[in-house]
Amino acid sequence: MSEAVQSGPRMLPYVSAITEGVQQVLREQDNAFVAGEDVGQAGSVFGYYQGLLAEFGDRRVIDTPISEKGIIGLGVGAAATGCRPIIDVMFMDFLGECMDEVANQMAKMRFMFGGGATLPITVLTMAGAGMNLAAQHSQSWEAWLAHLPGVKVVMPSNAYDAKGLIIAAARDDNPVFVVLNKMSLAMPAEVPEAMYEVPIGKAAVIREGTDFTIFGIGRMVHEALSAAKTLDGLGINCEVVDVRSIQPFDTETAIASIQKTHRALIVHEAVRFGGFGGEIVAQLQEEAFDYLDAPIARVGAPFSPVPYSPALEQAYIPNADRIVSEVKKVLGL
Amino acid sequence: MAKKISTKVLTDLHLNMVRIRRFEEEAGKLMEDGKIPGALHLYVGQEAVASGVMAHLTNQDQITSTHRGHGHVIAKGGQFAPMFAELYGKATGYCKGKGGSMHISNMALGILGANGIVGGGPPIAMGAAFSNKFRKTKQVSVTFFGDGASNEGSFHEAANMAALYQLPCIFVCENNGFGEYTAQSNHQAVTDVADRAAGYGMPGVVVDGMDVMAVFEAAEAAVQRARSGAGPTLLECKTYRYYDHVGVRGMGLTYRTDEEVEAWKQRDAIASFEALLVKQGVMTEKKLANVYARVDADIQEGIAFAESSPFPNPADLLDDVYFVGANS
Repeated sequence: MSEAVQSGPRMLPYVSAITEGVQQVLREQDNAFVAGEDVGQAGSVFGYYQGLLAEFGDRRVIDTPISEKGIIGLGVGAAATGCRPIIDVMFMDFLGECMDEVANQMAKMRFMFGGGATLPITVLTMAGAGMNLAAQHSQSWEAWLAHLPGVKVVMPSNAYDAKGLIIAAARDDNPVFVVLNKMSLAMPAEVPEAMYEVPIGKAAVIREGTDFTIFGIGRMVHEALSAAKTLDGLGINCEVVDVRSIQPFDTETAIASIQKTHRALIVHEAVRFGGFGGEIVAQLQEEAFDYLDAPIARVGAPFSPVPYSPALEQAYIPNADRIVSEVKKVLGL
Repeated sequence: MAKKISTKVLTDLHLNMVRIRRFEEEAGKLMEDGKIPGALHLYVGQEAVASGVMAHLTNQDQITSTHRGHGHVIAKGGQFAPMFAELYGKATGYCKGKGGSMHISNMALGILGANGIVGGGPPIAMGAAFSNKFRKTKQVSVTFFGDGASNEGSFHEAANMAALYQLPCIFVCENNGFGEYTAQSNHQAVTDVADRAAGYGMPGVVVDGMDVMAVFEAAEAAVQRARSGAGPTLLECKTYRYYDHVGVRGMGLTYRTDEEVEAWKQRDAIASFEALLVKQGVMTEKKLANVYARVDADIQEGIAFAESSPFPNPADLLDDVYFVGANS
């Protein structure tokens, strides 16, 4: 105890927070296991399952063939019959290979069976651009998932939330997608060693402000914070809300912020058209129209596949500069 | 019959086939009379497969079924009343009216759902088999699917993983000669789906799906193999769908001839099994008539239950989308 106090807060990178979350779940739940491509011997291509095979053995840390339909099916069948699978879909883009198993089986089984089946399944998957991995390894498809009744979707922006949301997801008796971000892997945050949950369905006000609310999703939360600093210099005091949970979405926190600031912008890495930002805009105009002093702005990726070239990719990914200029536009500055 | 099978087993096989046949005949009429909404894919003609396989399973063993799933549910122990109620869309149905014909399920009977997606079942059954092995139980899972589904990637991924992990999973292909309205020769180059087993390192067995004893014996070997930990088997049962893809007369599409249907009916699984049972002295004409009378009484009771049951309350629509309450 005293040593911890002396050494200050315990900082962990996002990647290690993921490892620790999964490790603590496997220690807590005897019927939990991890299955996916390269999760065992390789410890994941992103490194976040390093050491788990050694600790838990190949009964509980299972390398699978490159077979996403099979992997999700394994999770669905196992979850329905007494296990608590943690399923790894290496890149979110690969959900295309198993969208039937996700959308028609996992998401609907409980409902179709009249409540007869319970599916405590956690899916970890990696989203996001920025590593020049091009159009099929860089996407953010959270809006697809959020549109499916029956699944929950969370997007941790930092190491603390990554660990806490993984634990909350694994303890939840519903299918939960934890959408991770590959550009955040090395990013450190204070992460307690003890097991803790970050509640699913709760947004976090991570910066208080009075003039403008910026809703950030996933890694874009950090761009929102950076934009807020810049805007501070222009005398615009921004509140930043980390949406954290896409499904269910924390409408209450969003409305409370609008009642205070009366203006809002939503930023996500996904393509702007049809992105989750549109849902937030719709909810705010339905529920808080009288509090709004200006149209709600959205910043997202252009309507294009993610490009490869660094020159193109940097122009593609939303950033703090674009947030600042959109905020200024709303304010007529 | 290679070995002595008890009278009880023989009469149960017969009873199950009759229960399926009569349920489907009545369900078909009710659909065509407009009493049952939606679309029913009826199992008439294929009864020997569900009955012969399910004879080796307990309620703890799991199955995944197909859009043509009533026969599997009945053979696995499904009762007429909640089945008819589900088809009628009533609150007393197996799925509270939320699933319907294509999603009938019952976890207590080990029925992990009929499935509206062709090829939807195999990955789920493989997952259940994984769970059985993980939890160190002696349960097995069986996935029923058609010749059409054997062209879906989901079947191939599930087969590969079941063999790789030596899972207690039995792949039962009900080859009824058609993927919807497309003849097998027009949808795959192989004649025997069982040939595909070799590609995954599991045994592939072809059996006459119109002969309930042949199915019974082949399934026994496959289930024993799975239960003993030796891994999966692909069991292909050659069978035939007397009715249309949907309903009884269906849409009247000209994709097969009446002569072809009649030729298969000459090999009817129930009629031939009844002749055998009478010949062996297991059954008499009178006993057979009693079976039908009992089954018909059950059916009338089931239909009456369904018709007198309430529809679900629209206020309960959102129940069961998510598990709500204290998590495990």
